[in-house]
Amino acid sequence: MQKRTLEIWVGLFVVAGMVALFFLSMKVSSLNKFSVDEGYVVEARFENVGGLKVRSPVSVSGVKVGRVDAIRYDMENYEARVTLLIDNKYNAFPEDTSASIFTSGLLGEQYVSLEPGGSDDFLKDGDEIRLVQSAVILEQLIGQFLFSKADE
Amino acid sequence: MLNKVQQLGRSTISSLERLGRGHLFFLQLLTALPTVLLRFPLLTQQLFSIGVLSFLIIFVSGLFVGMVLGLQGYNTLIDFGAEESLGVMVALSLVRELGPVVTALLFAGRAGSALTAEIGLMKATEQLSGMEMMAVDPIKRIVAPRFWAGVISMPLLAAIFSAIGVIGGYIVGVGLLGIDAGAFWSQMQPRVDLGEDILNGVIKSIVFGVVVSWIAVYEGYDATPTSEGVSRATTRTVVHSALAVLGLDFMLTALMFGE
Repeated sequence: MQKRTLEIWVGLFVVAGMVALFFLSMKVSSLNKFSVDEGYVVEARFENVGGLKVRSPVSVSGVKVGRVDAIRYDMENYEARVTLLIDNKYNAFPEDTSASIFTSGLLGEQYVSLEPGGSDDFLKDGDEIRLVQSAVILEQLIGQFLFSKADE
Repeated sequence: MLNKVQQLGRSTISSLERLGRGHLFFLQLLTALPTVLLRFPLLTQQLFSIGVLSFLIIFVSGLFVGMVLGLQGYNTLIDFGAEESLGVMVALSLVRELGPVVTALLFAGRAGSALTAEIGLMKATEQLSGMEMMAVDPIKRIVAPRFWAGVISMPLLAAIFSAIGVIGGYIVGVGLLGIDAGAFWSQMQPRVDLGEDILNGVIKSIVFGVVVSWIAVYEGYDATPTSEGVSRATTRTVVHSALAVLGLDFMLTALMFGE
């Protein structure tokens, strides 16, 4: 009897620990979060990527469809070359889709937003997005604003 | 003058010897794992007195630490209009740091000191030598089950601490301060990474479990067999465990989260 109650308590303790771990992984971090298992790669060249980072989200109409796979500097064109990994589920973006770098919220992190165009041909693996809009740099905006004020 | 130098040399040699003995002892504990698993009832007994009996203090501390984090975090975040991020703040601070560290400190105080006192007293009353006389290896019979029970209990207790802490933060944030319950969880879930945050927290707690249990059983086994020696060993267990945990925590954090 003594041994039995002891073992039951130990069993309950182990179960409580496991439940806590399960709670942490499912409820606190959520396993079923977005990840690209199989996708295709498209490239885009930006004049300035601002605070964009590898693993930043790529979204269309606010829905996450992929992530930034790599950011390199292209010495030939003096531009930043961003590789986007897009989930295979979303494989029918028109060829003239445009890419912009936006900031979520005023101080949030930056992400790449795609806007589908009207072409009948679709983007394929390794294609390049030609219509791009660089990140908005706050200092540049302020500089331009001050400059235009000074002209008046 | 020369006597002073000799004294310095002697104390250096003796502390190095102690360190070496401690590591050999650790090796013996590791190799004793198969014997411990074969004699499972011994391990269950220790899991009860080390793990189950520490449950209450971990539960209550976790709840209050989570609630305090909720309260303090809310007061700071509200200045930036970011009180919805309370969930992320509470969860990340608990899972990455406070869960493993506070649990290890409490564990050293609650279970570690008891282990040292128990083994030290066994040594002082010559129970350990008695076992050796009967050809029973006291390390395999007494020390190893306690060590391994500590190693197993620690990650479980740390996970319970973090989980209860998050619930404590939820109680204060959502229940008392009126943050939206959906925002609390939905802000938390995408920013807490399973591998980066939770797994690293578990690894930390396993490391702390090994270190604290090792220090506790070694201090007991190596104690001077007098009542004063046992009391000193118990103090040393708590002090050394706390220092080791905090120092290791810095190193592990730098390794895991520093880029």
